[in-house]
Formats: sequence, structure tokens, C-alpha cells
Amino acid sequence: MSHLPVPKTYKLYIGGAFPRSESGRVYEVATAKGDFLANAAKASRKDARDAVVAARAAFGGWSGTTAYNRGQVLYRIAELLEGRSAQFVEELRLTDGITAAAALKQVETAIDTWVWYAGWADKYVQVTGNGNAVSGPYFNISTPEPTGVVAIIAPATQGLLGLVSVIAPVLVSGNTAVVVASETSPLSAITLSEVLATSDVPAGVVNVLTGSAAEIAPWLAGHADVNAVDLAGAEDLDWVDLQATAADTLKRVLPPEPGVPDATLGRITFFTETKTVWHTKALI
Amino acid sequence: MPASTTSFLDYAPAPESTSILNLADSYGLFINGEFVPANGKSFATISPATEKKITEIASADAHDVDLAVAAARRAFDRTWSTMSGADRGKYLFRIARLVQERARELAVAESLDNGKPIKESRDVDVPLVAAWFFYYAGWADKLDHAGLGPNPRALGVAAQVIPWNFPLLMLAWKIAPALAAGNTVVIKPAETTPLSALIFAEILQQADLPPGVVNIITGAGETGAALVNHPDVNKVAFTGSTAVGRMIAKSTAGTGKSVTLELGGKAANIVFDDAPLDQAVEGIVNGIFFNQGHVCCAGSRLLVQENVEAEVVERLKDRLKTLRLGDPLDKNTDIGAINSREQLDRIRELSDIGEAEGATRWTSPCEIPSKGFWFAPTIFTGVETSHRIARDEIFGPVLSVLTFRTPAEAISKANNTPYGLSAGIWTDKGSKILAVADQLRAGVIWANTFNRFDPASPFGGYKESGYGREGGRHGLAAYLKSGSNGGSTRKASR
Repeated sequence: MSHLPVPKTYKLYIGGAFPRSESGRVYEVATAKGDFLANAAKASRKDARDAVVAARAAFGGWSGTTAYNRGQVLYRIAELLEGRSAQFVEELRLTDGITAAAALKQVETAIDTWVWYAGWADKYVQVTGNGNAVSGPYFNISTPEPTGVVAIIAPATQGLLGLVSVIAPVLVSGNTAVVVASETSPLSAITLSEVLATSDVPAGVVNVLTGSAAEIAPWLAGHADVNAVDLAGAEDLDWVDLQATAADTLKRVLPPEPGVPDATLGRITFFTETKTVWHTKALI
Repeated sequence: MPASTTSFLDYAPAPESTSILNLADSYGLFINGEFVPANGKSFATISPATEKKITEIASADAHDVDLAVAAARRAFDRTWSTMSGADRGKYLFRIARLVQERARELAVAESLDNGKPIKESRDVDVPLVAAWFFYYAGWADKLDHAGLGPNPRALGVAAQVIPWNFPLLMLAWKIAPALAAGNTVVIKPAETTPLSALIFAEILQQADLPPGVVNIITGAGETGAALVNHPDVNKVAFTGSTAVGRMIAKSTAGTGKSVTLELGGKAANIVFDDAPLDQAVEGIVNGIFFNQGHVCCAGSRLLVQENVEAEVVERLKDRLKTLRLGDPLDKNTDIGAINSREQLDRIRELSDIGEAEGATRWTSPCEIPSKGFWFAPTIFTGVETSHRIARDEIFGPVLSVLTFRTPAEAISKANNTPYGLSAGIWTDKGSKILAVADQLRAGVIWANTFNRFDPASPFGGYKESGYGREGGRHGLAAYLKSGSNGGSTRKASR
């Protein structure tokens, strides 16, 4: 008996749920050849704000988990990505117009990147913090902490690897994220959201918006409850204006890079703050 | 004062002599190793304690800024970036020693120009300046261990703009790490406090620092803007108000300049009922009345547990009555002059707003000199989190007292600010310190102490208090970039 396929409705991922855009808008996602693939939700300013609220609400819990726990939760995502490999390959093949082999390569690199970052969760503090030999009776120690809510403009290319390369480093330290997915290659973002939703990552830690980055990004750059902005994929937007907007609330801003960013410790530490605590020693 | 009312608080004046100073009648700009005349209109720097002119200061215009940046660029290309780290370090060690040798002179100049008590400039500012250069001197040939991977590189020419509250100390915070990392510098001291920086220029000459490695240009906000926005500058480091910090972040957007900002604060100083109250009172006083409260990390919001509020406030008032306000050069002085009329006006305005909004004002009964800018230590009780005096940085000797019942409430109130520079915790319970410190969103936290600074200890804010760190290993990162193969990168074949 033949089976008529059941197409998926691609929605946003906010606060652990999959809502449609409150605006009711969708846009057509096409294959590289131009054939209709899906109607993806076209997120609005209100959706962006809802996502920031969800990310803020999730920050205390996620940043408060133990580093070992966070590392395991992140590693678990790599396990789930592996299981979904075939689906990612198929979607990337269609949206990015690449061969199945190239798509598989991208998925494998994305999984390896995720594992690499997961392993940093309980180490980056040791590597980037330190005790300080101050002149006085004080125990003085500097440790990095997550910056807070990070808005991310995902790379426009390599739908899955691009996303992973910007989301994973932000999550490692305990930040929460609002991600604007690649406009032309959003299917991986929705599927990754499904992975996150069925993993142990708490609701709201990652929020994914699809639609026009040019439309949504200014609202995120100007939002007073966003602490940092990763403009990785904003090269084709007016990113200088976004950075200037972010200056109003003194956000930390990582400028765009061509292609997909390398996996580096620097991408973790950029979204952290160093806290230095002076503990008085008794004079005995 | 009649003999019958004398007490242990009475004392004979013990002013530090200004004869140690050998000031010129006017100062030019320090560019390429020598003092040169400026194009802008010169201005007087005055003593805020007497309103008397100290000397005449040059004002750099855009052309002068060009010359200074060009000198820094030449020095970077030809001298400083090719010199070994060990030799750069030796110059910094020399500077540290020269600062120690001329410590008395620098302290007197600082108190004269800034208005801060000589006991602070002598015992805090200047010793820390020497310590800062000494600390970073040793880093200059050890940059592989700075945390940016092997062979980190200098950024180039650093534009540095510093405030008037710790003129020479802020200069040291900026210049020492920049030079250790191999950058050259153009620095602009604040308009009202250029004096110690100009004496420091003489120290650079004595140290025989190669010309152009450090250029010191004086002037007001326009000079600073020209410097920060100069196209040949690679790095901008600013300490000052959040408003100006925003402007700098905006104007440098998209330029690729590396920027660090150390901005305002509204620090909570949290006193739990199990704190050693005598020490806490000393810490509260040090937290907000040190340097007339002209401290970005000042503990300007006292959060005191409700059941000890009355006792703490009473002890605080008793202690404040013993503070001596007056001549900054007098070794007995605790509270010096407000740095400028403009700042005094702001402190008065916000204090008046505090009263108008319903908080209760208490002012320490002390005699105010007839000349100069002064503001007696002031406490507001009954302050609510919505009051301007609980939200705006006053940058003066004004303490806002709020109360809390539970640690959770203290944390929530402490974090209820767009700033995040510093905080204090007073309790005898170590585990409580650690738990509360974990929850505070601030870059520097003092437990059972306040306003401690050390070159080995990173300093800087969260949120709208700015970004980047000064001090310690972290302070080097503000002036370095990873080498070509630097950082910890996942090697992937992609």
C-alpha cells in the first residue's frame, strides 16, 4: 500500500514550545532549485520579545546547573543529533543544494563540534579563571560566569553546522540564547529545535526564530534585557547599525565572520564575565 | 573653639608642604617624548579646595591629536613592536621605581589638583601606581602565558581616556598593561586633573622611554572624542561615565577597534545581621566616603538587614561625626574637596531630589570651608528602590540606605540596577558569603571589606558598567590579540 507523506509544519521554538508566529505570517522555503519545500513561520518583533522573556526566565536555572551536569546535557544533544543524522542530511541536501555526502560531512562536523564544546563546560573556568596573589590578607579569586541572554544571528550558510557553531559555545557557560536561523536554510534550525526539545536542555535555554534576520535583528540588538549579541551571520545585514544600536545598552557584540566560525575557546569566553571576589582572611 | 569643648577630635593642622612641587607656569602636550605647544586654547587647572589656579594647561585640537597618534604609530612600528619583551619590561620597572622615588611629589600634586585627602593619595593612589607598573613590567616577556595562546600580538596604537577621580592611578591602569603587551599609547587625562599626568611625563623622560611610546595630551571632551575616533587608533580604553561610554561604543561600532569600557556603578553594600558590625561600619564608611565618594565602584547603596538597620545607622552617624572635612593637603583630613563645581552641582541636585522623593536626609555636622567645593557626608534613610538616589550614580559622599529581610531579597535588590561593577557582603558566615557572591551580578565583590585594589586582581563590570577587565592576567587580554595559531581551537578539516 502506498503512503502519502505527512509534511511537517515548521514553527518557531520559544520557551520549550513550538508556537506559530503571533503575527500569523509565514514565508516560503524553497529548495536550492527553487521548488516549494515548506512554509516556515516568519517571526515578528513580538515573537522576538517573547523569546527574550523565555531566555531570561531560563537563565537562572541553566546558569545554576553544575558544570558537570551542563556538560552531560550538552553531550546528550550530540547523541540525539547522531540519531537524527539522516533527517538533517535530507533537509540540508534540499535547502543547501549539496550532495548527500557533503551534507553528511556537515552533520558529522556539527556533531563533533558539539561534543568538543560540551567537554569545555567543566574546564573553561579552570583555564580562564585564576587565583590572584594580592598584597594583603585576602583570598582573591577570579572566575568567569555566563553573560546572560545572548541574541545570535546564525550564519547564513551551512544550516546545521552554522547553527551549532554559534549556539554551543554560548550554552557551555550557562548563557541562554535567542537565535535567528538562516533565512534560506531554516529547516535544520527547526529540526535542531526538536532535538533540543526532546533533550535535557530546559525550556527557554535556546529559542529559535525563523524569518527575516534583517527585520528581527534590530529589535534584539536594542532589547534592554539582552546582554550580548553574536552577529556571526549578519555580514549581509547593516551590522554596523546593529552594533551601534547594541551600544545603547552596552551589550557585548561579536562582529560578523565570513562562513562558519571556527570552534574556539574564545567563542566561549567572549560571552562570559569575569567575577573577582575578595575574601577577607582573619588575622590570627 | 573654647577650651571647655575640646575633645580628642581637636587637632593642630598638619598640612603637607607644596614646596616639593616644581611646577611650570604652563604645560604643553607631551608628544614624541617632549613637551610641545598645542593649537587649542589653553586653560587653567585649579585646586578645588581653594579655587586657586595651579598652572596653565594646553588643549589639544584635532591636529594635535593627529600628531600624537602619528608619533605613537611611528614608535609602534619602529621601536616598541620590535623590542624584546624583556626590554619593554625593564622600561616599566624603571617607571615603577621612578614613581616610588617621586612618590611624595606625585601625592602632593594629586591632592592639590584633585582635592582628595593627602593620606589617600599618599597611601593608596601613588603606591598602587608604582605597584601597577611593577606588576605589568614582569608580564612583558611572559605574554605566552596571558591566556591567548602562543605568541599573542599587540593591537597597535591605544587611545586612552581617563577620569578625574583617580587621575594618576587610572593612568597607570591604562598605560602599564598597554605597554607590557607591546602597544603604544596616546592618553588623555581628565580636564580638571591633568597635573599628575604631566609630572608623569617628566618621569617618562627620566626613564628614557623611547619617544612616542607614550603621548599625553590634555584637553576636554572634544579632545577625547577626536582621539577615540581617530582612524589610526587600534584600541580604545575608556574609564568614565556610562553616558560617554555609550557614545564611544556607538562611534566605534563597525570600525574594528578593540574597545574596553569601565563605566559607572551603583554598588550594593550588603550587611547581614550576623556581620561584625564595627567592622561593617568601617567598611560602609570606606565604601562610600573614600575619595569623597568619587569612586565608580563605591558602595553607594547600603542594603542592611532590617533587624539591625537602626543600630547600623546610629553607629554610622556616630562614626561620620568624627570624620574631618577640609584641606586635602592636611594629613589629618578624612574628607577632601569635591573635584569640581559641576560635580558639586550634580551631587546637590540628586540629594535634593532624594529629599523631594521622600527619603530622610542626614548630614554630618561639619564646618564647610568658605572657598572651594565641599559636600558634607550625607546619609539618606527610608530609600526605596524606585528613588533616583537608589538608581542614579551620584558620585559623591552620599549614601542611600535600603533594607531587606532575607538573603534572596538582598540579592534581588542588589541586582536591581542596570549597573554591575561591584558589591560588598558583610557576614561572619563564610558559606553565606560564597552563596551570595555567586548570585550577585557584579564584576568585583568584596567580602567583609570594600574598595580594595591590587594590580594582580582583575577589575571591571557586568552589564552597563562596561566590558573588559583591568588588572591581573585578564587585564592583558584588553591589549592583545591571539597569535596566528593562537587560542584553543578545535582542529577540524572543514
